[in-house]
Amino acid sequence: MISPKDKATLLKFLPNDDVLTQCMHCGMCLATCPTYELTKLERSSPRGRIKLIKSIAEGKLELSNLFAEEMNFCLDCQACETACPAGVQYGKMVESARVIIEHSSVGSSKINKAIKKFLLNSIVAQHSRLKLLARFLYFYQNSGIQKVLIKVLSVFPTAKKLIEIESLTPKISKVFSSEGLKEKTFPENPAKYKIAFSTGCIMDVAFSDINFDTIEVLQKNQCEIITPKKQVCCGSLHAHNGEIEKAKELAKKNLDVFSEFEYDFLISNSAGCGAFMKEYVHLFADDPQYAQKAKMFSQRVKDISEFLANFGPNNQMHSLEETVTYHDACHLCHSQKITEEPRKLLQQIPGLNLIPLEESTWCCGSAGIYNVTRHDDAEKILERKMKNLKDTGADVVVAGNPGCIGQLKYGIKKYGLKMEVLHTISLVKKSMENNI
Amino acid sequence: MQPFILEKIKKIVGSEHYYDSPEDRISYSYDGTPMLQQLPEAVVFPQNNEQISELLHLANKEKFSIIPRGAGTGLSGGSIPVENSIVVVMTKWNKIIEIDIANLTALVEPGMVTGVLQKEVEKLGLFYPPDPGSMNVCTIGGNVAENAGGLRGLKYGVTKNYVLGVEMILPTGEFLKIGGKSVKDVAGYNLKDIVIGSEGTLGIFTKILLKLIPLPTRSKTITVNFKKIIDSGKSVADIISSRITPSMVEFLDNTTMNCVEDYTKIGLDRNSEAMLLIEVDGRVSSVDEDAETIVSILKKNNAAQIRIAEDPTEALLLKTARRSAFSALARRKPTTILEDATVPRSELPVMIEKVREAASNFNVAIGNFGHAGDGNLHPTCLTDERDSVEITRAHKAFGFIFNEAIKLGGTITGEHGTGLAKKDFLESAVGKEGIEFMKKIKMVVDPNNVLNPGKILTIAPRCEGTLPTKREQIPDFHSHH
Repeated sequence: MISPKDKATLLKFLPNDDVLTQCMHCGMCLATCPTYELTKLERSSPRGRIKLIKSIAEGKLELSNLFAEEMNFCLDCQACETACPAGVQYGKMVESARVIIEHSSVGSSKINKAIKKFLLNSIVAQHSRLKLLARFLYFYQNSGIQKVLIKVLSVFPTAKKLIEIESLTPKISKVFSSEGLKEKTFPENPAKYKIAFSTGCIMDVAFSDINFDTIEVLQKNQCEIITPKKQVCCGSLHAHNGEIEKAKELAKKNLDVFSEFEYDFLISNSAGCGAFMKEYVHLFADDPQYAQKAKMFSQRVKDISEFLANFGPNNQMHSLEETVTYHDACHLCHSQKITEEPRKLLQQIPGLNLIPLEESTWCCGSAGIYNVTRHDDAEKILERKMKNLKDTGADVVVAGNPGCIGQLKYGIKKYGLKMEVLHTISLVKKSMENNI
Repeated sequence: MQPFILEKIKKIVGSEHYYDSPEDRISYSYDGTPMLQQLPEAVVFPQNNEQISELLHLANKEKFSIIPRGAGTGLSGGSIPVENSIVVVMTKWNKIIEIDIANLTALVEPGMVTGVLQKEVEKLGLFYPPDPGSMNVCTIGGNVAENAGGLRGLKYGVTKNYVLGVEMILPTGEFLKIGGKSVKDVAGYNLKDIVIGSEGTLGIFTKILLKLIPLPTRSKTITVNFKKIIDSGKSVADIISSRITPSMVEFLDNTTMNCVEDYTKIGLDRNSEAMLLIEVDGRVSSVDEDAETIVSILKKNNAAQIRIAEDPTEALLLKTARRSAFSALARRKPTTILEDATVPRSELPVMIEKVREAASNFNVAIGNFGHAGDGNLHPTCLTDERDSVEITRAHKAFGFIFNEAIKLGGTITGEHGTGLAKKDFLESAVGKEGIEFMKKIKMVVDPNNVLNPGKILTIAPRCEGTLPTKREQIPDFHSHH
């Protein structure tokens, strides 16, 4: 059990009473919460979880496995924040509750916590190691070992889940973008904007093509691009999974690295990274050394769609006769409140037929590492997204986040849909190339 | 509650539909009402009529209370547990059983979400008008229990105007079916009107038969700002007396407007004293004509800015903004106490003034908005539950507001119900005899006072069950016993 002294230390991680009291439990969030929709239990709803966190803070509830279960069951998709007229900071509360859980004896076993911590802090946070792991994966996926192993495993019915999770592993890129890109890339015409580019961790090793596409489109839009070699993981996965200290450590490193360069905007094409880098300003609000640096940094962070819709000329886009639908990544629509820009960009492509996706802002189940850590729940959430996608009959589904792209690809294969999954920027690039 | 009783309850519904962890009890200790909460002993999701009936039989035998609950968005405390109670949640009963195109009816389960039903019937060119602010979350069962209103009440009426019949389990466990598909039905007492708005005290609904109407083919949404609040009141009176019945005429004062704008960022004029949101619907020709007349009335009354929604998307945006008003006010202060004093619509400008008077007399911040077209206002006190001195002033301000509403020929609640929040004011609205009549009904239908006791009325002498020693929350919960 947790000693009273430890408990007092843990409670300090929670936001102050003003944040906790802001929720008036009106229930407007219920209809937008994917987990409440699954269980129909108040404790799986945003207002229910807030009430539980508040009860912990007030000493009316002990930390328990059930409490941990509900906090981890949450996708942290923040659809409830969009739905909340009162502006309750739900994400902040649930993320702080996860910090407490990671530091306490409740929740998953010590071994599982240690594995998760190791993966987040010693692999994802250290890009050279992530790349090493990715190289092994690349070899595994391309040498024939994968095919053989899956065949062998599929003999055992108990390995079904393992195979499912295995198939979630994104296809590793042959050349990582952090290696394929120079630290400075110049446009063909005189530069109008100086751009700093955040490569992202998963984007870099699993979707490096998207990064190359981004650079190419920026180049054609009169941008000079700096891709700092020393940049590190933005820390968002850590912050969302209760490793706030590590997240801050990574954020500080990035603040230092990027401050060495001069730039107008910092562009991200991973919704989760962009959302978290915009949060740096709040993360260091009380830090005398980093507050100003973080403010300068965060205000220049722009999602690629946000930048292009507002600043890009885009007159070089050519006809694409395709039926396309758009899936809103949670970290774009709920965290960054970006919904119009990507659509505006797609609508500028001549000939493109953009059709609406029912419940486009409903989470796809990827949610960072949720589809691995809580595979069964993620599968149920994916099912709803796939039904809505199928109903559109589109040729292409577009999204702005690597997590969603991976999850949608997995879902489309699983449900046998005929649909291509593309990042917004890749479709833009495709139309720029389509100069016939 | 004794463990053997909980065991029996668990046996009735099955262990997978029974919850009694501290986490579950805490998360069913509240509804949408500010400041009131109480832990239930357990939470159950019954699967069929027989289980509900058995639960009620057991409650009568073992003397515990049953609190029916839908989505828990109520604003008068109707689904907040009382001592020694279990919560019976109906949200999983959420199917449409039948839509009868020939008779224009919908038979639904009580946990059906109002907004979901509306979307489904609208696909068929039909219309279910009642639209409470929480329509995307709240349930039909809860709407019938509270006789919920909404924005469209002005033209289309409230929930009771659309209920043709109900099936329910009585507090003593018997099954009762009231009403049916016949439009005309005068067989015996009109029991339907007694159970509608009974706030879960007279039975648990299991099926509800609703009336549908044809979906209007066209609508037009107008927003208008006024430099002076008084001009908004005059405009409403002029529109009504010009023989036009808009489907909604919604009022927002400056405080509310600013909070809504903070949330929605749709470009409301932050500096004006008041705003109206008006919608007319019906056939194409009449809608356009009515909209023109309204615009000229608004101009005559010194309207500062008139905006007509370009398309359905913009209209929906404006209406959704209005529906967020209550919760958006919590941006200013964490506790928002919302009331729904209602007056005959001709008295609306006077009532708006009285609310301003209450705010200044008792030194509390009040945001005011509401259904101006039908005289149903929502003065909302912006306060902080941790500041007991201010809370006391807020209660006094509401005492004043209710009193003034009654003096103007109005009532203490237009659409939220009495529940726990307005129980103390009920007598002033319905009179001693009114209360006695209600008590007699309750005592005959629920002789052991097991179903949602303590709501609307206090039944003496057997209060709300033998009061256990464990009194966990809200010291003034049973203050007037």
